[in-house]
Amino acid sequence: MTVRMDKRFAAVKAEGRPALVTYFMGGDPDFDTSLGIMKALPGAGSDIIELGMPFSDPMADGPAVQMAGQRALKSGQTLSKTLDLAAKFRETDNDTPIVMMGYYNPIYVYGVDKFLDDAIAAGIDGLIVVDLPPEMDDELCIPALAKGINFIRLATPTTDDKRLPTVLKNTSGFVYYVSMNGITGSALPDPSLIAGAVKRIKGHTDLPVCVGFGVKTADHAKAIGASADGVVVGTAIVQQIAGSLTKDGKAGPDTVASVVTLVRGLATGVRAARLVAAE
Amino acid sequence: MNETPKPNSFRAGPDEDGRFGIFGGRFVAETLMPLILDLQGEWEKAKNDPAFQAELADLGTHYIGRPSPLYFAERLTEHLGGAKIYFKREELNHTGSHKINNCIGQILLAKRMGKTRIIAETGAGQHGVASATVAARFGFPCVVYMGATDVERQAPNVFRMKLLGAEVIPVTAGNGTLKDAMNEALRDWVTNVEDTYYLIGTAAGPHPYPELVRDFQSVIGKEAREQILEAEGRLPDMVIAAVGGGSNAIGIFHPFLDDAGVQIVGVEAGGRGLQGVEHCASITAGAPGVLHGNRTYLLQDHDGQILEGHSVSAGLDYPGIGPEHSWLHDIGRAEYVPIMDHEALDAFQVLTRLEGIIPALEPSHALAEVIKRAPKMRKDQIIVMNLSGRGDKDIFTVAKILGMDM
Repeated sequence: MTVRMDKRFAAVKAEGRPALVTYFMGGDPDFDTSLGIMKALPGAGSDIIELGMPFSDPMADGPAVQMAGQRALKSGQTLSKTLDLAAKFRETDNDTPIVMMGYYNPIYVYGVDKFLDDAIAAGIDGLIVVDLPPEMDDELCIPALAKGINFIRLATPTTDDKRLPTVLKNTSGFVYYVSMNGITGSALPDPSLIAGAVKRIKGHTDLPVCVGFGVKTADHAKAIGASADGVVVGTAIVQQIAGSLTKDGKAGPDTVASVVTLVRGLATGVRAARLVAAE
Repeated sequence: MNETPKPNSFRAGPDEDGRFGIFGGRFVAETLMPLILDLQGEWEKAKNDPAFQAELADLGTHYIGRPSPLYFAERLTEHLGGAKIYFKREELNHTGSHKINNCIGQILLAKRMGKTRIIAETGAGQHGVASATVAARFGFPCVVYMGATDVERQAPNVFRMKLLGAEVIPVTAGNGTLKDAMNEALRDWVTNVEDTYYLIGTAAGPHPYPELVRDFQSVIGKEAREQILEAEGRLPDMVIAAVGGGSNAIGIFHPFLDDAGVQIVGVEAGGRGLQGVEHCASITAGAPGVLHGNRTYLLQDHDGQILEGHSVSAGLDYPGIGPEHSWLHDIGRAEYVPIMDHEALDAFQVLTRLEGIIPALEPSHALAEVIKRAPKMRKDQIIVMNLSGRGDKDIFTVAKILGMDM
């Protein structure tokens, strides 16, 4: 675990609440606007930032994240620029953990060792690479852990008790529980099912368990946060950005402000989560 | 890791992790991992189950119409004035292409696994038609993802799939071709993991697909090898096939890989030429990368973003290639060459007029390479080409390009 990630989870635990983990796509709709969004997230109540790396063929993502990636690529975003985004953010914030999330090919083509060195230099705390299951750990997970970058794994409803130890073996930072089988942006399943799943995973690991896929509102965040150590919101933020753009897909006057408003609401939900749990 | 020694056999791969050298593997979302591990387990059992093999063989004979003939193309041979040319007539199979060989095998696996719904991706529509066909034969609902561009240029196959009871979903993302259809099929699969079997049509994707598709398609090469030994008393000098994802090619190549005297040639879609991006020559002009569950040669930019490519033939219009082909290329056992759109169209017309066979545009690429090579070879040399599909589906495309009224 990196110090930033450790400290952040310890801090929210001390506050008796789950962490709010916010995802957005690097470079959507353009570099400067997404840097503005990233810088505004901690102030709006985000505890951990997931920085999306655009990829032409996002096989596990729904339409909203697909479109965000296409907007970013169209505006000239590359993996190198996404690392720049993180580095620029770090100039003014050295506390908020940053997790880069995306697919393996851009990293493979960039070169794994070079990528890890540049990610460390940019202040990256963890990686989520959707198409690298434990069977492929030699590719990036082991080298990342060796250099001190967390490798955060997804666990899903298909990850049964037999498979969980395999999935958790080289996982660090936190476990990202995907609340349903499907792509990002689908409907949220019954919170009681999620609570059961979180409990099941916690029976196998001491790592924090964050839950995502389908969390869109403060009420969702509150319900999920009752059992999870963190609540991940992605598609709702990406959709908020999309809704704020001008007709030709450029940043609108309220793009950053509308994201802030949404995240503030989600942060309220997360802060109310344990009050519900305590009742 | 680059010091890979030459293997004792070229037919032993993949290893237990699904790797052919550095290629192949299992690059999928965690949601899909338990499924592909189940599939691998079931495939291991089925492979060694005499009842499974017997059912496969019986359907091969009575449903597909196997063995397909090995045909001596006398007039084409005479016309080119060089090597003797034989066609493996996979276009005579039920549904009109080699795709049915794999679909019959996989539908039997789906049945064994207790799945109740079939999904498939398709480019030219040949795999979609074959999937819809076996789904009808075995009583499964079937959803076929097809790029919107391909839906338009392969209209006859879309209608066939609908007649067979399949639901065809046009995919508008990207250029609306095979790559986009495969992304969408994967999204469906990741959402419907409990009941759905993903019937992949080419020898690509996460392990064990490249292996099992190859094994189901290897019937082509096994038959061809026996047939040429019977016809000529010896093995051919060269085996040629078109390569998109590469299932017909690996199917005919694989049984010949350990025959040192047999030259293996795969033909990629050169599209409008390799200087730009309007081609699908992944090996000739691409670089290794990771897409759709495997590492293989891909058309991509410097940032690792996948390019769209172009080919006149929808079945070859894919920016990747099966991982075993990438490996065969790297170790030098097979050679991969590009053929341009216009060369394939010329070959299409040559075969139609000289042999009375209308080939699909995909094997027309292989044929164009035969037309280049045969005249330079001796008359006692032999080429076997995989005539993987018939061209009925392509007549509208060809008419449009040639400016002919239908």
